[in-house]
Amino acid sequence: MATESDLSCNGLVRRFGRNAAVDHISLDVPAGTFFSILGPSGCGKTTLLRLLAGFDKPDEGDIHIRGQRMNDVPPNKRPVNMVFQHLALFPTMSVGDNIGYGLKRRKVPAPERRKRIAGVLEQVGLPGLEHRNPQELSGGQRQRVALARCLVLEPTLLLLDEPLGALDLKLREQMKIELKHLQKQFGTTFVYITHDQSEAMVMSDQVAVMKDGRFDQVAPPEELYREPATPFVAGFVGDNNRLLGQVVSVVDNLAEIKLDDGSLVRGRVASEGLKNGARAELYIRPESLVFTGDALTEGYSAMQANVRTTLFDGANSRVEADNGGQPVYARLPQDGSAPRLTTNSAIRLAWDPMLARVFEADNP
Amino acid sequence: MTSSAGRLSLWLLLTPFVLWIVLLVLVPHLQMLRVSFQVRESWDTIAWGVEQYQNFFTESYYWRTFVRTGVMSLFTTLLTLLVAFPIAWYIARMARGRAKGILFMACLIPFWASELVRTYGWMILLRESGLFSSWLQALGWADGPVEMLYNDVAVIIGLVYNGLLFMVVPLVTTLDGMDENLVEAGYDLGGGHGTVLREIIVPWAMPGIISGCIVVFMLTLGSYLTPVLMGGKDSAWFTEQIFTQFITRFNWEQGAALGVLLLVLSSVMVWLGLKLSGQSLRKVMG
Repeated sequence: MATESDLSCNGLVRRFGRNAAVDHISLDVPAGTFFSILGPSGCGKTTLLRLLAGFDKPDEGDIHIRGQRMNDVPPNKRPVNMVFQHLALFPTMSVGDNIGYGLKRRKVPAPERRKRIAGVLEQVGLPGLEHRNPQELSGGQRQRVALARCLVLEPTLLLLDEPLGALDLKLREQMKIELKHLQKQFGTTFVYITHDQSEAMVMSDQVAVMKDGRFDQVAPPEELYREPATPFVAGFVGDNNRLLGQVVSVVDNLAEIKLDDGSLVRGRVASEGLKNGARAELYIRPESLVFTGDALTEGYSAMQANVRTTLFDGANSRVEADNGGQPVYARLPQDGSAPRLTTNSAIRLAWDPMLARVFEADNP
Repeated sequence: MTSSAGRLSLWLLLTPFVLWIVLLVLVPHLQMLRVSFQVRESWDTIAWGVEQYQNFFTESYYWRTFVRTGVMSLFTTLLTLLVAFPIAWYIARMARGRAKGILFMACLIPFWASELVRTYGWMILLRESGLFSSWLQALGWADGPVEMLYNDVAVIIGLVYNGLLFMVVPLVTTLDGMDENLVEAGYDLGGGHGTVLREIIVPWAMPGIISGCIVVFMLTLGSYLTPVLMGGKDSAWFTEQIFTQFITRFNWEQGAALGVLLLVLSSVMVWLGLKLSGQSLRKVMG
């Protein structure tokens, strides 16, 4: 029931003029989970987060935190804290005062306050930095201070608004892992919004993919990756190849499709009511494509493609090929078993139909 | 060759500024300082001494006016800050696009007219036969004409009005640069309106507050027209004393001494203000 989850929302709507930035969103976040909302910029995820923090009010729907209705509770009275995109550390206060600000508002006596500030700084790995100014810290350190400032208040819910966006790549990778550890260590429920699918995948227990103010799919990262529910999720989460064609037959949840270049291939049906003759799009991940010669593994589908170029990126090296005018990416095997690929050489790419997902194409 | 040409053009660029500083600021002040220590013994002999400064301390009317001017200027500055802060907040944080520009202009437009015209504007409103008086009578709240001019309140109204723009501009500039998220974070972490204002907004705006206060305080302390016109003959503003010494009494030595004292007072107050608020002149003046 609603009382078991830290956060539950019901039919949330927020309109700006005629445009609904948040359009009937319902969600349920169990206590102690890392919940991410993933979507491209402009999908309404920041608006949703601001509704949860209380900076904005929903036009319809309810927000419950630990079973308590929050709609009319102002932000300073909600058991919710937020890590802002640009962190919003108070520049006129020291690190210690930044962290102590919330404790002071709760009338925690000074000796106790000092103890808790020191404690939380220890936990985020910045012991003894109380008297520094936020401006003197590095990006990663500031990040941790912003986290500590919220976590010291032991909120029911911690909201994070793409806080890693401003960091450089290396630090971002490191902070991703650290955030996940910190979340486990504190046991606080995190609601994290991001447009970076890798951040969402690595850290989260549950990911909601958001598009145009609605959730397309809410699932654990692996399910999102393997069983995307909509073409948008399939294309947005991870790399994917999109092949267009026409449905020839549907047998036992497997659809046979005639691709635009003429080859007959198969994939699992992902959208209901797929009819013969309908336009369809087949999604197959680069790592599911195998290079094959004339001998095709039993049951596999295959297509022809021409090599355009190879993209070397360590373990993530790929070949870019061309299938009937559409670009196709295939991962290069790491054991060196790939054939020598020269530009314009013809290759044959095959896949297990169970790994491909077929959706009905949007009507043009 | 190029370096000497560069140096020449630098000097040419600096010349107006240097002339201005030296001829209009430095020379008159040094001259005034010199005159203030001259004691006139007879019509053609002059000795050095501190008689004029002694006069200031022994003649209670001088130093009382001096203290009164200082205290009222401080009060005016504080009042200007209180009036200007909400205006600046609205212009910097709430108004968007065109409204922002229009509001800013609305603050600026009165300053296209001279101080004299602005002061007469207030006099038309406040005098015995003025607008406010006749409104009060029409509403039946007053039996006869009410004189609202020629008292300290009228002087302070006029001075606050004159200082407003110089407080609003630096405040808008600092508040404009504040990250909206800072205020939201202040609320998010449990602060109420008072706390957010006291702990986050005011500390952020401190450079603007101090620079606005310095400018308004100096303007008020050195203003002449407004206290004279709106305060009448009893307004007892220190600049009037200086004017009287120089022009009416033709006692340049005493006038110069009083002028030097006013300069010392304003410098000391600015220095104190900076010290107490922990700001430096460099930070405040950008």
